[in-house]
Amino acid sequence: MNDKGKIVLGLIVFLVIMTFPMWYNFINGVVPFEDAVVQTANTPGKDKCVRAADYMRTQHMDLLNEWRQEVVRNGDRYTEDAYGNKIEKSLSNTCMDCHSNKEEFCDRCHNYMAVAPYCWDCHVLPAEVQQADMALKVDATEGNE
Amino acid sequence: MIEKALQGGKGYWTLIVILLAVIGVGVLAYLKQFSEGLTVTGLSRDVSWGLYIAQFTFLVGVAASAVMVVLPYYLHNYKMFGKLTILGEFLAIGACIMCMTFIFVDMGQPFRIGNVFLYPSPHSMMFWDTVVLFGYLLLNILISRVAMSSENKGVAPPKWIKPFIILSIPWAISIHTVTAFLYSGLAARPFWMTAVLAPRFLASAFASGPALLIILCLILKRFTKFDAGREPIQKLGVIVAYAMALNIFLILMEIFTAVYSGIPEHIDHFKYMFVGLQDAEGVMVTNLVPWMWTSSVLAVFSLSLLLVTKLRQNETILGIAAVAVFASLWIDKGMGMIVAGFTPNPTHVVVPYTPTLIESLITLAIWGMGALIVTILYKVALTLRKQVQRVPYRA
Amino acid sequence: MSFDRRKFVKAASIAALGGVVSPPLKLFGGVVVDGQSAEAVPEAVSGCIGCECSPVAPPTNATRWAMVIDLKTCREHEDCTICMDACHKTHNVPDVDNPKEQMKWIWKEHFGHAFHEADHPYLEEHVKHSNALLMCNHCNNPPCVSVCPTNATFKREKDGLVMMDWHRCIGCRYCIAACPYGSRSFNYTEPKKYFAEKGIQIEPDFPTRTRGVVEKCTFCEERLARGLWPACVDACPHNALVFGDLDNPDDPVRCLLAKHFTIRRKPALGTEPEIYYIV
Repeated sequence: MNDKGKIVLGLIVFLVIMTFPMWYNFINGVVPFEDAVVQTANTPGKDKCVRAADYMRTQHMDLLNEWRQEVVRNGDRYTEDAYGNKIEKSLSNTCMDCHSNKEEFCDRCHNYMAVAPYCWDCHVLPAEVQQADMALKVDATEGNE
Repeated sequence: MIEKALQGGKGYWTLIVILLAVIGVGVLAYLKQFSEGLTVTGLSRDVSWGLYIAQFTFLVGVAASAVMVVLPYYLHNYKMFGKLTILGEFLAIGACIMCMTFIFVDMGQPFRIGNVFLYPSPHSMMFWDTVVLFGYLLLNILISRVAMSSENKGVAPPKWIKPFIILSIPWAISIHTVTAFLYSGLAARPFWMTAVLAPRFLASAFASGPALLIILCLILKRFTKFDAGREPIQKLGVIVAYAMALNIFLILMEIFTAVYSGIPEHIDHFKYMFVGLQDAEGVMVTNLVPWMWTSSVLAVFSLSLLLVTKLRQNETILGIAAVAVFASLWIDKGMGMIVAGFTPNPTHVVVPYTPTLIESLITLAIWGMGALIVTILYKVALTLRKQVQRVPYRA
Repeated sequence: MSFDRRKFVKAASIAALGGVVSPPLKLFGGVVVDGQSAEAVPEAVSGCIGCECSPVAPPTNATRWAMVIDLKTCREHEDCTICMDACHKTHNVPDVDNPKEQMKWIWKEHFGHAFHEADHPYLEEHVKHSNALLMCNHCNNPPCVSVCPTNATFKREKDGLVMMDWHRCIGCRYCIAACPYGSRSFNYTEPKKYFAEKGIQIEPDFPTRTRGVVEKCTFCEERLARGLWPACVDACPHNALVFGDLDNPDDPVRCLLAKHFTIRRKPALGTEPEIYYIV
């Protein structure tokens, strides 16, 4: 076993590399995510989410997956929220209606958790549309001049 | 065992470096495809499978052909193939991995490939193809690993491996049968919808695979100290000759059925391959024609060399014939098979397909990767064998 | 647009939820908010030509959706693209210039190409040089569904629609190889880029697709769920598209099929296409 030194050295290098993100955050003084309360931008006549906030904070992806399955595969589009109101199972039309401040509401936490859900690759963001709309109008005016 | 791959001469390392360079270029090309989508390929809404799926189809055959050395050795106790079985199995491993990589690079959403297992769909031939290909890869890894380690220790392989070896024989047939079913079950594509497709795939596989094995043996003989022996190589030559004859026969059957019946949607595909067809603007599209004639000439040429015993017995001529068989089938079963199936399209319109540079570089890299795998595995096997210094024997 | 479509669809769906189904279109017109007039919504009639049965809204309990396309009427309006425009607008189908990567949910194809087996050199002149309106046939026996390795494309049990789950599609394009009608399109590149390039506004009510998935006509499943006709049927000013429940003997599609000689594309393949053509 004359390779013992090499093996131990290799293991140490491996461990250091594996734990690099921890060291990095420690040295840079990154603190754990504060349980920040994020206000939603637009709540016309609604003060409650379709489920309790605690549940939504940790489980919204499960609910969305469930909705997606039911809508896409069974054509089953409507359900009730936690308070018995009929709602449409729709990210764009139900969720984003209140939570239209995606950057504040969705991205902040997703970025912190380093997750990149691909929802908005396809589902259209109302704000995005508005921006595109404005860009169009600008283009059009420029074109006219 | 694998550390033997790190001890080699100048020639070995030059080859490794060249292959790594080819792979490196291909990885860059794939990154471009990954970020921009399959738009970087020459594929279209009409010809939606091309170079990648062509390579996949051809290589499933190469993988399956390992059975042509395993079967005589284990079922007929043909000892001469003893030295070759491990080479055949390693070739199968390399080919299987190449097949999977070609499927992977062809996917529009490669990261979702796990969905095939998350949502298994037994009604889809592609599901079954994935299952049998994975199974075949595992079988070959297991068998070759056990056989090598026993050989290394100079003992007979354990008895429990025998059933796996026997299983690998029908399994090899199944991978290519299921691959043929991918195509032959499609009512939308008359060119593929033929009962003779699976037999034809097997015949061409048993010609192209052993032909590649002959080429590899001759290369090993020329550049290394390993000599598979004259007789096994000659026997492989006989296998290639029969399989190639059968393959040509089956292709002629296809051509007869299409031409004599004269049904346009059958004959049009052959016209497109051998004389060209007009596209929507009336322009003659002949992009496959030179390829198909090259393939046909090579097929006839190689078969005439192989059928004459005296010619076949000359190893140089056998080598030339093997290269001709391999090239002929690579064209016919790859691009010819896939692209002609899509041309003309279901609305009888001809849309030409030409692979792009990016597509070709990715394809080349996957071939490079296969070559690298086979090189390393052969290197390990032959180094070990040299050390053991005894006539290898197996179960 | 003179009225807010998003709000309209929402109002419509709420109305549908409340069980107010018949006659929903008129009602929806009244529900449209912000004081916009009902005229903004075209009155949809999926009617049977010269027939009594002309319902104002699609049935809610259909078990086998089907469509009858009156190519005779279609031929009278050679350059008409209203249905295609409506569909592609509603579903954010990008306008792609490169013919090899075009996205088609509903499109026109030369008659001889669409109905190869009905073509011959001495065909009636106006038929010979006409175009046929094509889309997904929503086959009763769909080969695309059989071949899909992930069940991303599937036939909906309740009404026979051939649907796609764009979240699940791996982009293997086996369905494109299996479809005898060329009804499927693949996103060779990011579809959103075409909207930006051409300055076309993305409809917020319907998702775009992402690069690397296959797509096709859905028979406007999302509109049917809200008690609306498919966008193409709704948009056609000439009543050339008639949509309904094939399983209901009193449905207009059945009425039309009983009164006219109709053909289907490639019936010999046994796929049982559910688009019927009056030629």
